[in-house]
Amino acid sequence: MSLDTVLAERLSDDGRRWLDAATDRVRSDAAAIRVLFPAVGRNVGRGAVEDAARVALLKAVPSRGPALVDEVAALYRFGDAAEKRGVLRALHLLDVGDRGLPIVQDALRTNDTRLVAAALGPYGAAQLDAAAYRQGVLKCVFVGVPLADIEGLERRADAELARMLADFATERLAAGRDVPGDVWLVLDRFPDAATGLRKTAEEA
Amino acid sequence: MRIFDPHIHMTSRTTDDYQAMYDAGVRALVEPAFWLGQPRTSVDTFVDYFDGLVGWEPFRASQFGIRHHCTMALNPKEANDPRCRGVLDVLPRYLAKDGVVAVGELGYDSMTPEEDEVFAAQLRLAIEHDLPVLVHTPHRDKAAGTRRTLDVVRESGVTPERVVVDHLNEVTVGLVADSGCWMGFSIYPDTKMDPDRMVAILKEYGTDRMLVNSAADWGKSDPLRTRQTADAMLAAGFADDDVDRVFWQNPVAFYGQSGRLDLEGTPADPAATFEGNSVLRGARP
Ligand SMILES: [Zn+2]
Repeated sequence: MSLDTVLAERLSDDGRRWLDAATDRVRSDAAAIRVLFPAVGRNVGRGAVEDAARVALLKAVPSRGPALVDEVAALYRFGDAAEKRGVLRALHLLDVGDRGLPIVQDALRTNDTRLVAAALGPYGAAQLDAAAYRQGVLKCVFVGVPLADIEGLERRADAELARMLADFATERLAAGRDVPGDVWLVLDRFPDAATGLRKTAEEA
Repeated sequence: MRIFDPHIHMTSRTTDDYQAMYDAGVRALVEPAFWLGQPRTSVDTFVDYFDGLVGWEPFRASQFGIRHHCTMALNPKEANDPRCRGVLDVLPRYLAKDGVVAVGELGYDSMTPEEDEVFAAQLRLAIEHDLPVLVHTPHRDKAAGTRRTLDVVRESGVTPERVVVDHLNEVTVGLVADSGCWMGFSIYPDTKMDPDRMVAILKEYGTDRMLVNSAADWGKSDPLRTRQTADAMLAAGFADDDVDRVFWQNPVAFYGQSGRLDLEGTPADPAATFEGNSVLRGARP
């Protein structure tokens, strides 16, 4: 569901009024977002509608260039988990070029599944280099983020990622543990990488 | 019996404390931002501390079935270190967060000009952010400090119903009762106030605008002082409703003025994790 659809369908009248007033304020005074951004959840509701409202606020920031990058980076730095997720969800819609990458990298260093999943959204999928993208996907499998929730797998999965996932799965099997079925989303496309794994699985 | 501890520093307490508090009836609490014993020397360490007060600590409390809220401020002791003054610049971001139900602990430590400045600046922030105020009274020169505190509050324009003046005793309670501010009492093992003296004060001044807390922190203190005082009230002939008023309804009414108290009970889910870390170390399902 697109962000606009989420807002159209899930915002209450009060939430709509609050968000309209808040975006107006941010449009005329970028710094106002510093105290409005944390207040989104209790004014519009939690979950997808909260994320969508934060994205709308970020899109309203009138700053450009380094000023915009600094504002967004500070919102992430001082944000709680929900605010950080809101920033990650908005990055691909903001004119920050590759300057949002440190934010994505920070999110990928956490063990918070909500942040790891959001880090591999459209922005992360477009901006991360191959090695970082592969590590991100591996981390998702590791911490239990469904690969269906991340972006770019179709385009960015490669033989090296398949090898990493096969090795991970082999290790899991050797330890007598379950392997998340998601690894086959990649391995099915690179069968060569999965030969050893299939053998181990058959022996087990 | 349900207990709301309106002032306790859980960052310094153990999971055993959380369990014992829950067993004693504690279901909600407010953790004021204060100093940590070891002085901080940069704004960044405050920011990490503030992040904990709205992040890890509420999560930890929720694991034990306890609702955690907090207050935010640059405390008077560290207000005297110029390296910490920049905390005032990041404070507005934190005062806007969900679990923050007051500005505090404000007030005086040594009554320096720096403390004056920081106190006044944060009272202005309380008005701007529409939040109540928690003011701590100094350990030394308490009566003079309390009088001066009340003067500053009066001049600030913050209405007295939105202010609690804490760590009171027999000498200072009357001043605050007359001011219209809420009266806070910290029940400590050795100093400040004990359960029986607290009961005597409640008999004399009534239960209106009274907040009783453990103020437990990293020093010698006891998170169950709230329950012990509640039991002492019952033993002295107070009714169940008086006890509920002091230990639940009053804190809810005071901090409820923030509009941000969230007391909808959530059962503790032992399998939940915070940023990937479980409190149940090593026993993860
Ligand atoms: Zn305290």
